Order: sequence, then C-alpha cells, then structure tokens
Amino acid sequence: MKFLHYWRAMAGIVGRELLRFLHQRERFVSALVRPLVWLFVFAAGFRAALGVAIAPPYETYILYEVYITPGLIGMIQLFNGMQSSLSMVYDREMGSMRMLMVCPLPRWFLLVSKLIAGTAVSVLQAYAFLGIAWLYDIQAPAMGYVWILPALLLSGMMLGALGLLLSSFIKQLENFAGVMNFVIFPLFFMSTALYPLWKLKESSVVLYQLAQYNPFSQAVELIRFALYGQFNQPALLFTAAAFLLFISAAIVGYNPSKGMMVRKGGGE
Amino acid sequence: MNRFNLSALSALLLFSSAAVAETVFVTLEKDNALAVVDPVDGKLIKTVPVGQRPRGIALSPDGKTLFIATSDEHTIKTFDAETLKQTGKLPSGEDPETFALSPDGKFMYVSNEDDSAVTVVDIAAKKAVHTIKVGVEPEGIAASPDNTWVVSASETTNMLHWIDNQSRSIVDNTLTDPRPRAVAFTADSKQLWATSEMAGTLTVFDVASRQAVQSVKFDVQGVSSDLIQPVGVVIDKDRRYGYVALGPANRIAVIDAQSFKVEKYLLVGQRVWNLAFSPDQKRLYTTNGVSNDISLIDLTDHKVSKSVAVGRYPWGVAVKP
Repeated sequence: MKFLHYWRAMAGIVGRELLRFLHQRERFVSALVRPLVWLFVFAAGFRAALGVAIAPPYETYILYEVYITPGLIGMIQLFNGMQSSLSMVYDREMGSMRMLMVCPLPRWFLLVSKLIAGTAVSVLQAYAFLGIAWLYDIQAPAMGYVWILPALLLSGMMLGALGLLLSSFIKQLENFAGVMNFVIFPLFFMSTALYPLWKLKESSVVLYQLAQYNPFSQAVELIRFALYGQFNQPALLFTAAAFLLFISAAIVGYNPSKGMMVRKGGGE
Repeated sequence: MNRFNLSALSALLLFSSAAVAETVFVTLEKDNALAVVDPVDGKLIKTVPVGQRPRGIALSPDGKTLFIATSDEHTIKTFDAETLKQTGKLPSGEDPETFALSPDGKFMYVSNEDDSAVTVVDIAAKKAVHTIKVGVEPEGIAASPDNTWVVSASETTNMLHWIDNQSRSIVDNTLTDPRPRAVAFTADSKQLWATSEMAGTLTVFDVASRQAVQSVKFDVQGVSSDLIQPVGVVIDKDRRYGYVALGPANRIAVIDAQSFKVEKYLLVGQRVWNLAFSPDQKRLYTTNGVSNDISLIDLTDHKVSKSVAVGRYPWGVAVKP
C-alpha cells in the first residue's frame, strides 16, 4: 500500500504541473517564443558564421541555425528549470507549499516528484520546438527524435535540480532577477549552446575551459549528440554527476533543521 | 568462436556494402594525385600519384579506363580503373583542363584554352585527328548523348560553339551570359544547360533551335552576389532535377528541371566546382576546392549527408559503379 501512496502523490504533483501547463497557454507560447526568436532572428544573422571545421556529431557543413537548435532546447529546459524554482518560491510565499509539505511522505520524494513534473513539461516544450524547427528545415535523422528523449529527461532533471537548489536560497520572488543575472546568463553564454568549443578556444582559453566544465554545456552536448543518434558518454556522466550533486544539495537545502531554511527563519 | 564471429561480421559488412559498391575518384590539383573514396563509409581509401596538376577526369563508358588531364604535363593520361596503373598517354595540346568523351567512348574532345581550339582525339589510335578553332579561352565542353553535337563554351568570347559531330565543324555560335564555365546536355539531348560564372546564371538552350529558352539567376540568402559563381552542372536522366555548383558561395543549387525554379540551396564545402552522380543517381558528389574535401549529397531527400577530407584542391570527380 505504501507504494501506491507514493505513486498517488507523484501522480498528483506531475498531474497538477501538466494541467497547469496545458491551461496556461500563454506560458506555453512564451516558452516557445524565446527560443524561436533566437532561431529565426539571432541565428539568421549568423547564418554562415561557423567557418569550416566539421566537429562531431556533425559530418558535414551546417548552417548556424542547425548548430544552435540543441542549444536552444537546452535553453528551454534551463528556463523551465528556473521557472519551476520560481514557482516554488511563489508557492512558499502564497502558502500552497505548506500543503505539499504536510504530506506524510519524505521530503526528498516530494522534491523529486516536483522535479519530474517540471521535466515532463520541458520535454513537451522541447518537442514542440523541434516540430517547428523541422518545418523550418532543421531536420535530424528520424531515430534522433527517439534518442533525444532520455537525454532530455536527464538534462531536464539536472537543470531542474539546479533550479530547486537555487530556490532554496531565494527568500523572495523579487530576487529572481538576481538568478537571471548570476545564473542563467553566465550558464547560457559560457556554454556550447551558441558557439562550439573550438570557436571559443580561438578567442580565449579561459572561456574555453569554463565552457567545457559548465554543466549546461554538457547537457547541451548530450542533447546534441542524441539528436544525431550518437552517444556522448563523457557528457552523460558529467550531466548525471551534476544532477546528483544538485539534487542532494537541494534536499539538504530544503531540510528545515539543517539547510537554508534555518537561515531564512526556519521555513514557515 | 570470437574469430568466427568477427569474420562473419566482416562478411556481412562486405555484403552490405556490396549493394552500393561504387568508388569515387577525385583529382587533387595541388597534391598531384588521385583520391579514391568509398562513399558508403564516407572514407578516403587511398591517394595515388598521377602526375602534375591533375584536373579534368572521366571514366570510359565501359568503366574500365580512367582519363585524367594532367595540365602541367600537357597530356591526358589513361589509367586502368581497377588497378589505377597508368596505361598510356593521349595527345591533348597545351595545358588540358576539361574534356568530354563521345557517348561511345571512341573519341575525346579537349578544350585547349591557350590555343582557342578544340582537339578531337581518337582514343584507340591515341592520335589527335582534328583541331577546331573556337572562341577565346574555351573551357566547358560536352558531347550530346545522341552523338550529333559537341558544344564548346569560350570563357572570354562568352559564346557557345555548336560543333556538328559528323562534319567536325562549327555550324552555329550563340552568345550566352558572361564567362560561361560548364555545359551539359540533358539525357534526351533536347536541352543544353550552360552556367555563367560572372553573371551568376544558368542558361538553358533548346538544342533543335539552339536558342536560349530559360535563364535562371541564382540568389542565396545572406551570400553576396559576387560570390555566386556557377560552375559545374548536371541534370538527372529523367530531367526532374538539375544541380549547379555555385563556387565560392559554397552551395549547390537544386533546380526543378521542368519549371526551372530553384528549389533549394544545399550548403557544402568551400569553392565547390565539379559534380558527379552515383550510377543509380541517388547520390551526388561535389569537389570543394578550398576546404579540401568532397561532399556527399543524398538525392532522395536532398540533404548533404557527409563531407570527407580528400587532399589539397580537389578539382574533378568521376564515379565508377
């Protein structure tokens, strides 16, 4: 019976998140508009910007739009992760988190359920984006669309865990602008989402190394390789390790007796 | 057991690649060599020295002999297409670059840029049997599949010279857009397609009337028009699509051969010049001179599937079934 209990709690949390996603059509549209603006406007300006090196997983010359598509999927997941962390802060301020926290299940389980819920939403968004990209003639091999699913799940969980961890630090909704400046922008711009590593190395070795060890880069590379039906083991291990690190820290962070909650006045 | 598995696997691999066991030959202008590429695995198999500055390349219709114009040796060499051993030399005139074979494989028509002439070579006799004076700097040359015409394009005169293959004399000259580079007949010999490097256009001629019937202007989004320099042109045997290499625009134009609309531009390597079909016409191979590779295009969905590094300055390409 215990198992059923767990299952019902998780189904409830995931169901609520998906329902919220389906009902908030504006959120769906806005989550798609951001990467699409990058794709149609930003990438159009840099069409032939990649020069002449062919780097795996690509086997021939590609347009810039093709290059940044996996990066923009990463962007969708990054923003989604941050948004669900934002909603955690909001839930806390509004008091609906209390409802969740009084549930007689371990806190880590509730947090992981919340994470799965957020990831499910981001996967839907990513596929919708890939569908539009396909119509825009950015087409990967058919199997790539299957292989990308496990990659999306892991990267979504990793970025969601990062969001959870951050949300345990943030006391008020207003602080989210800080997250934007200090987390999202550095993660996104110091990564392989917009430019390949070899291109970064041309300008700065420090940047190159920062980008290489940026967990967001590794998640993007995992997605990129999966989309072309290839397996990138280092990226997988790195992303998985980052996920474990973030989720453990978040669980500690959400523990009222040990974590950041104490500093924030013992939670609610 | 292990070894057995391995040999079974390699037998399987051999078998599966036998289904499309074509070989791609690429002349490397700067390496003085010929690159041999397996297009299925997308791998360079080997490079064989062939002589100074090899450019134009063609395979005899029976697939047994490979002809390579070694420009700085002022000759066209013949090679056994299997062993790649040199079997002879043909008199070609000064600095041969491009040439065409007659459909029966008995004659060769060579453009002699410096002499403003076309040399007709009897391949079996290894002799130049005719010289036909044409305009200044002849370059593109093609023989019609029905064996009635040879057309030579002169780069500086901006003219197509229509040579009657029976009398081996010019019967007509038609003006075309500036700096014509390559000419190709459709399989039914009813049309001639000519590319013009400077104008950035393709002109389609009706062979019966020898008049231009269509002009296609290339325009690649985000690429400045002076980089659009059409060179190599091929048309598939059903005349559904034609393909034009756009030089430093690094693109292949896919043209609907019925409506003459450009359907797509495919990104390939830098300064793409020459093109060749696979025998089943399901793939197209391009030589990218500056990026030192060839691109493999899948024609079923018009996608570039791979680019393979081959050596310095890949120039011409021929495919052996």
